[in-house]
Amino acid sequence: MAEPALSIRGLTKVYGNGFHALKGIDLDVQQGDFFALLGPNGAGKSTTLGVVCSLVQKTAGKVSVFGIDIDKDFARAKNNLGVVPQEFNFNQFEKVEDIILAQAGYYGMSHREAKPRAAELLKDLGLWDKRDGSARALSGGMKRRLMIARALIHRPKLLILDEPTAGVDIELRRSMWDYMRRINREEGTTIILTTHYLEEAESLCRNIAIINHGEIVKNTSVRELLGQLNTETFLLDLAEQVSEVPTLDDFQIEKVDSSQLAVSVKRGQRLNDLFSQLSDLGLTVVSMRNRANRLEEMFVSMVEESNAEAAK
Amino acid sequence: MNAMQIAVALWTLVGKEVRRFTRIWPQTLLPPSITMTMYFIIFGNLIGSRIGPMDGYDYMDFIVPGLIMMAVITNSYSNVASSFFSNKFQRSIEEMMVSPMPNWVILAGFILGGMARGLGVGIIVTGVSLFFTRIDVAHPLLTIGVVVLTAALFATGGFINALLGKKFDDISIVPTFVLTPLTYLGGVFYSISLLPDFWQGVSMLNPILYMVNVFRYGFLGVSDIPVGWALAAICAFITVLFAIALWMLERGKGIRG
Ligand SMILES: Nc1ncnc2c1ncn2[C@@H]1O[C@H](COP(=O)(O)OP(=O)(O)OP(=O)(O)O)[C@@H](O)[C@H]1O
Ligand SMILES: [Mg+2]
Repeated sequence: MAEPALSIRGLTKVYGNGFHALKGIDLDVQQGDFFALLGPNGAGKSTTLGVVCSLVQKTAGKVSVFGIDIDKDFARAKNNLGVVPQEFNFNQFEKVEDIILAQAGYYGMSHREAKPRAAELLKDLGLWDKRDGSARALSGGMKRRLMIARALIHRPKLLILDEPTAGVDIELRRSMWDYMRRINREEGTTIILTTHYLEEAESLCRNIAIINHGEIVKNTSVRELLGQLNTETFLLDLAEQVSEVPTLDDFQIEKVDSSQLAVSVKRGQRLNDLFSQLSDLGLTVVSMRNRANRLEEMFVSMVEESNAEAAK
Repeated sequence: MNAMQIAVALWTLVGKEVRRFTRIWPQTLLPPSITMTMYFIIFGNLIGSRIGPMDGYDYMDFIVPGLIMMAVITNSYSNVASSFFSNKFQRSIEEMMVSPMPNWVILAGFILGGMARGLGVGIIVTGVSLFFTRIDVAHPLLTIGVVVLTAALFATGGFINALLGKKFDDISIVPTFVLTPLTYLGGVFYSISLLPDFWQGVSMLNPILYMVNVFRYGFLGVSDIPVGWALAAICAFITVLFAIALWMLERGKGIRG
């Protein structure tokens, strides 16, 4: 099998103030994968990605990018990496296009090669009209797209995106998803992203890892993870007002408010049974939706489990 | 990276540095030009005519090399200090850190940028001085050599300052409390032969004295100190500071969590 795009072994990070941000992480991301690194705030996602792209000094462990050990030849490893960090990190006073062209220069790309590539990316990411303005004048979502264009200028084989869609509106988010899918599929770019929108991970990614308190608590495929989902919670809006919670055979039910019920449906149970029982009680369901995105439900239960484990 | 790619990266960084200080020229090029013009008018012209000759030279001719040197020193230093610090502050230094560009190229890029500003201001000040006096240069090569080396030395110092600095104030401390006094006491305005023996001895500990003196020697052909040794000392200082700055960069001091 081909070398993994990213391979991490025993990665440990202790920050200067003595804080153990990473406690020996192992992680593999295969070439061509679309991978999500998930976890609550402060879990260690940015720290992990920071080590990979040289923004954070690791304390111990091994990291290789396409089989290149970063301790042996970081420069060659970096050539394969494109990075979109969580925080804006460009000079706000520079022109949009200049920021991208300078980045190309740092990779050793000649101006002649960089100029058309920059134009292509600026157009793809909807920044072409803004290219001559200073970066300060961009909106938050545009700044994030600027960082994506900058990260792709040297055609990296591995793209690392730390919360790429934070602060991006819904329509734009969809178009960014399409763009990321396209470069993953057509150009074979391996993509690793972190996000707090589980819907995003579910719709984009094939594999995920969940990290909490500096440890990997789960590393699996999205499909398998969703397969483990035993219970789904649905919210039902009723035409009538109910004063007390109706009792149903086999279904766990809660009242959210006088006209909304939350019903837990276990795997194997049929929604038909639920509805027929409700209509027997004279209740009319007008609309229904999942309480949470399915992956989100899974995620919450896993993080809670790992927090409980840590509290022991 | 191969040699060609390294050249591209270095050129990109130097170009960016030069564009930065030329874009904000009212903050970078104009003030030193005005200050130095004031020095020429007040000390050189008005007061200088009453002072009489210094070390056998017209007072104006005596202070011109010192003032040029002073402009070169402060501008090389503060260009790198403020540019690198603001890169750190805005985190745009990360653009360089994630790239395969070696640390020595990053360091060299900022130093060359600082030298460009220092020497640029030096040329402007020289131009201004031509309104007040005629400049004859006794040893042109030496003059250029020493001013270039001095610019490199202080640009490197500015880099270290910016790496260590945690807030904007930290990058003005050294120029205000160290560089300015040392330059004023480094024989810009007087020959140390005017001082009592004790203070002459103390002055000899001031590295800037040597640079100013060698530079003045380049112009006038006279110096209080051995020129060859002074040049060697400047080169040694540059090597040591460059090595320290590079070591700090490799360790990620002040830039990497
Ligand atoms: N420079 C630093 N010094 C000390 N502690 C730090 C530093 N940077 C991060 N940390 C700590 O390390 C832990 C992990 O931080 P990290 O930024 O990796 O989290 P994250 O998973 O990316 O969170 P978020 O979802 O909020 O971005 C946090 O507890 C954070 O406070
Ligand atoms: Mg983060």
